[in-house]
Amino acid sequence: MLSKWLTAETVNIVNAIDNWQTAIDISAIPLLQNGVISSDYLQAIYHLHENIGPYYVLAPGIAMPHARPEEGVNSLGLSLLLVQQGVNFNSSNNDPVYVITLLAAPDSESHLEIIQNLAALFSNADDMNKIFHAKTCNEILNVIKHY
Amino acid sequence: MKIMAVCGNGLGSSFMVEMNIKKVLQKINQQAEVTHSDLASAMPDAADLFIMTTDLADSASIPSDKLIVLNSIIDIDELEAKLTDYFNTH
Repeated sequence: MLSKWLTAETVNIVNAIDNWQTAIDISAIPLLQNGVISSDYLQAIYHLHENIGPYYVLAPGIAMPHARPEEGVNSLGLSLLLVQQGVNFNSSNNDPVYVITLLAAPDSESHLEIIQNLAALFSNADDMNKIFHAKTCNEILNVIKHY
Repeated sequence: MKIMAVCGNGLGSSFMVEMNIKKVLQKINQQAEVTHSDLASAMPDAADLFIMTTDLADSASIPSDKLIVLNSIIDIDELEAKLTDYFNTH
């Protein structure tokens, strides 16, 4: 199911990034290009992060930045960025972050199937290790296709 | 008994936690109504127990006896241990 959303276009790998804002910016490029989100969406995520901390860092190495539908979402979408060297999000327990999955939900229901499948993926340590250590997008897509 | 999973805006990660809470409750044979919410709606009277991440708990105004703080929101073993402990002491 995730293969519908995470494709060769929406999955990317970078070696190193200086800071969490740049990581989110790069993870957003595919969704900005295909019109799923507007740049307002990123501002909303930064703003909430500044107010309440890295609320979207879910587990060691994993972040799922997202804001509200009315904050710049045009349609349902998901992208994944692997930062091979990791990047700090100022999370008290879960830094450095390697995988950033930017989620765009146009309402409060249509993304729930994506969330369920992401939860299954994130809680599989073996598969997440494969993604953390991937050298190519194909290696990531080969894991994604099982979810 | 009402349990509320809380995240930054009540859309994504809190729903992941809600799913895991329901699985754990079934496993440890406890009954509760489980919902998810954003931080702004998570007022102390809104539920009997709140579950959120460490990064969020610093910004929340929930008394510690009504709060379970998770390091990882996808680690169901951590959740089970902390929920079991909560039911044993309440």
